[in-house]
Amino acid sequence: MISLLSSLVAALLLINLVALGTSRIATVVRAIAAQGVLLGLLAVAAHGSLNGRVLALALASIVLKGWLIPLILFRALRQVAIKREVEPSLGLLPSLLLGAFATVLAVVAGSHLPLAETRLAPLLVPASLATIAAGFILLTARRKAISQVLGYLVLENGIFIFGLLLVEAMPFLVEAGVLLDLFVGIFVLSIIIHHINREFASLDTRRMSLLKE
Amino acid sequence: MRPPLIAHLLVLVLLPPLLLGVINRTKSVFAGRRGPRILQPYHDILKLLRKEVALSATTTWVFVAAPVVALVTVVLAGLLVPLGPFAAPVAFAGDFVLFSYLLALGRFCTASAALDTGSPFEGMGAAREVGFAWLTEPVLLFAFLALARLAGSLSLDGMLRATEGGAWLERTAPLVLTAAGVFIVLLTECSRIPVDDPNTHLELTMIHEVMVLDHSGPLLGLVQYGAALKFFVLDVVLLHVMAPTARIDGWPGFALFILGLTGIAIGVGILESIMARLRLLHVPILLIAAVLSCGFAFLLLSGNTP
Amino acid sequence: MNSDAGLALLVAAGCILAMSGVPGLLLGWRSPWGARIATSATVLGSLLGLAGCALALGGMGAGAFTLPSPVPGGRLEFSVDALSGFFALPVFVVGCLGALYGVAYWPPAGNPRSGRRLRFCYGLLLGSITFVTLARDGIGFLVAWEVMALSGYFLVTADERSTDARRAGWLYLVYSHAGTLCLVGFFAVLARAGGDFALRPLVPGAAGLGVSTVLFGLAFIGFGIKAGVMPLHSWLPAAHASAPSHVSAVMSGVMLKMGIYGIVRATSILPLPPVFWGAALLVFGSLTTVLAIAFALGQRDLKRLLAYSSIENIGIILLGLGLAMVGRSEGRSDWVMLGLGGCLLHVWNHALFKSLLFFAAGSVVHATGTREIDRMGGLARRMPWTAGLFLLGSVAICGLPPLNGFVSEFLVYLGLARSALVPGSAWVALPAPALAATGALAVACFVKVFGVVFLGTPRSAATEGVHESPALMLVPMAVLGAACVLVGAAPLLVAPALERAVLVWAGGPLRGRSLAGLAPLGWVSMAAAALLIGTAVVLAAVVPACRRARLRQPGLATWGCGYAGGSARLQYTASSFAQLITARFAWVLLPKVHQPRIDRLFPAPAHFHSRVDDTVLDSVLMPGLRRLRGLAGRMRVYQQGNLQEYVLYIVAAIAILLLFNLRLDWLVTEICGNGGAR
Repeated sequence: MISLLSSLVAALLLINLVALGTSRIATVVRAIAAQGVLLGLLAVAAHGSLNGRVLALALASIVLKGWLIPLILFRALRQVAIKREVEPSLGLLPSLLLGAFATVLAVVAGSHLPLAETRLAPLLVPASLATIAAGFILLTARRKAISQVLGYLVLENGIFIFGLLLVEAMPFLVEAGVLLDLFVGIFVLSIIIHHINREFASLDTRRMSLLKE
Repeated sequence: MRPPLIAHLLVLVLLPPLLLGVINRTKSVFAGRRGPRILQPYHDILKLLRKEVALSATTTWVFVAAPVVALVTVVLAGLLVPLGPFAAPVAFAGDFVLFSYLLALGRFCTASAALDTGSPFEGMGAAREVGFAWLTEPVLLFAFLALARLAGSLSLDGMLRATEGGAWLERTAPLVLTAAGVFIVLLTECSRIPVDDPNTHLELTMIHEVMVLDHSGPLLGLVQYGAALKFFVLDVVLLHVMAPTARIDGWPGFALFILGLTGIAIGVGILESIMARLRLLHVPILLIAAVLSCGFAFLLLSGNTP
Repeated sequence: MNSDAGLALLVAAGCILAMSGVPGLLLGWRSPWGARIATSATVLGSLLGLAGCALALGGMGAGAFTLPSPVPGGRLEFSVDALSGFFALPVFVVGCLGALYGVAYWPPAGNPRSGRRLRFCYGLLLGSITFVTLARDGIGFLVAWEVMALSGYFLVTADERSTDARRAGWLYLVYSHAGTLCLVGFFAVLARAGGDFALRPLVPGAAGLGVSTVLFGLAFIGFGIKAGVMPLHSWLPAAHASAPSHVSAVMSGVMLKMGIYGIVRATSILPLPPVFWGAALLVFGSLTTVLAIAFALGQRDLKRLLAYSSIENIGIILLGLGLAMVGRSEGRSDWVMLGLGGCLLHVWNHALFKSLLFFAAGSVVHATGTREIDRMGGLARRMPWTAGLFLLGSVAICGLPPLNGFVSEFLVYLGLARSALVPGSAWVALPAPALAATGALAVACFVKVFGVVFLGTPRSAATEGVHESPALMLVPMAVLGAACVLVGAAPLLVAPALERAVLVWAGGPLRGRSLAGLAPLGWVSMAAAALLIGTAVVLAAVVPACRRARLRQPGLATWGCGYAGGSARLQYTASSFAQLITARFAWVLLPKVHQPRIDRLFPAPAHFHSRVDDTVLDSVLMPGLRRLRGLAGRMRVYQQGNLQEYVLYIVAAIAILLLFNLRLDWLVTEICGNGGAR
């Protein structure tokens, strides 16, 4: 299954770059949805055996990340009625290049980390680190508050990949933790976006620095 | 040799006013006058003891008790010092601390009595008295420590014998410094020129005289007698530092000792005649010089040689 | 046996004292029974505690009583030995007398709510101090210490309406917690060296010189803050001045000594001290004594002055302890016995005379309504007993014979002088002249206080309507005064207790040495007796004449060199009395003087004002803190309120840590991988 695994990982990394390079919010949301579906497939491919736990995990990932959360996000976008552009503080091309560079670093660093597992680790660890880096770039280099949610989602995807390494070692805790985390995060962030928009009539986070004093 | 306590007490009680008389007579001779009799202070004190007391309404029992306590403290301090070849009646390790603190108790009482009158003059005298005392105490203590080091004894009786046995020849420098420091303490504690002028009654020149302005009758007599006694005791200490006094034993040595005391009194008289009083603000400098002098003497003596 | 009974009594006393204020809280503020129960419980607890201390000081064993500890890795252990009993005794004496005094000073009827809280915290303070002396492991010690500090805070701020009291409480709290921080560090390092948190002497090899010195430094700073060693003393004057007087008495007389107890206990468990520890104690002790009394001379507030005088006495105690430490390093048991004996006896003596002075000061403040010395005067006529007892306390605190202050200073002097006789160690005797200077400065200070407050003529309207304090305030003072006279006249009575306490500290090398053998305390008694008898005899001769004089001319005015028409305002004020001395110390006192400029022929009424603030606080710490705040303000540029920036900081931090870890691991594998076999 290694070749399937590596193609899935490659696809994930590509989707990261798409999320970083696009200028439309809707594209980013769809990219994250695609990532969610791929993660479900990754979960199955990584552990080969189709036992109940792995299947449940994959299903939960596909449904939640591929369908439910993008649905919530699109509804929020419609309610808020903002311009559908990304408005980056770091330009799109530079953030793309940065994401690529981070991917390379992730591959290099992944081989140096002192990890016990040797079968899945060389593929999953760099993917995870690269996705986390992409999530961070989205978080820091975009001005709209909704981009923070999206960056957070990508971040969670990256952590989920890392958690796949531990599925056999630990029981439901990892999955439950990850999914709960996600759920709470989206919930809270939606509320915050609603309030930011109400307060400032815009989702520009630069307005939030007025709260500094 | 230790004569009976009574003899020591008799000398302690009877001799001090004589020294005051010697000083006054010396000053008069220097000024070309005939001057008062040498025994005049005795007459003055006895006269005062016969007079009536006049107590101000502002004063309390502190005013009455203070001269008494001051006198008793100086008498007890006098019991701690040897008189020439005769050893001190009371001697124990650490009695030099008792000596210093008895004098301090006397000072406490006198200064309190001065503040009791509610007059600014007495307050001024008390302020100056306590303002200089904090510098004289370290001088005395450094001097005692230096002597203790020299004599290997912690009792005044032994310390003041430190100059026996050729110590002046071997350790001249520290002993000169110590003697100088103790001499300055004598002048300060007994309010003599150059620290204070005992003759005038002008506020600019008074420390001790002004503190006792309101005492009268027997109380004033006790005050003057106490002052004479304090001069005597400090004179004894100074003489012991300046010269080996136990070299000649027995009564002849004692007679020589009295002669030495008189000599120092004459020296003080001469100093009072040729010097003027220092400005008040310069007195602390003199005292700090005394502290450094005795301190340096102690340091010189505290090398590794026993 | 003896020590178990002693321990039981002390623990019972501590619990009763701690709980003494609780019924008052429960009974509601209208009922007078709360106050009565609190006072009776305090007296009962103190009596039990005194019995326990007597047993502890008499017996030699060490019973122990343990509780399971809430913190893993140890047990709560309480035990008593002669040293604990020694330090616990002033708690009971001063605490009991303070409670009685407080009934009249802070009457329940006049202060219903604050009185309840005051009595509760007072009891808690006494109880926690008892447990501090009994605790033998770090956790119990720190818990009791914190309770003591917090109850002290509530006591300092008892007078809620005063901004001074609030500021003083805040300062106290900050300093106290800084000290506790050092103590936590101390116990942590001790646990590392010794294996667990128990306060047990360390095995000589367990901690090297560096670790031992760190332990000593942490203990000295942490406990020194509580004891009020300069330059860590700035909380003391404010706190002791603002607290109610019986609380100030307990704080000065007992709580400061807990700092000393801590240093004594810490130095007893650290083996083989090097000479420079003792030398450091001697240096800090000398500086503290001389500078503190100089500060006291500059004060115009009665209780602040007494607080600075407490700091001076702490310096004297440190001198004794320093001498003992040097003696232990050099192997001289006589220095140890004399130095620590003087130190411990001064702990007791200071508790006695400082409490007496604070009680008397409280009476004066209570009667006149002001703490400023320059508004008082002539109070000895209207408060004769208070004046007499204050005089007793003043003579005692100056260390003058025949009272107890002289005995403890005598022991320290003797120890210091003995070192002058030893070639090569004469430097140890250098603090002795500093001590002498301090004694003379203390005489100046207390003549100033006594003279300006009680003697002379009244200086302001504050002294009108003043009357003598009630008996309930006078009796505790009289008891303390009698104790001062007793210890001064018969020091041999306390010598056995001192010896046992010193033995606990010094251990083996001291067996066979006795305090009475080293120090001629019998002669001191005889000197005191001679002084008292001589004074009595001469007074008997003089007093009849004086009495006749007063009857003959009752309304005579002071002659004062013939100046008629003197007014009360011509008298020397406190600051003018001390001016010669404060001028010489101006480089450290930094007095702030507001002087009018008189430049016309007929000048208008002018106003002169001088003030001595605490130099360490107002000239060093506050400007330093202000500068720090300015610097911190310039760091605000990193805090722009930009969310993305903050996330970037987090990312950067994580990246750095990750890289750091990777590099370390890489380095480790490089080094070990080359040499070892996988």
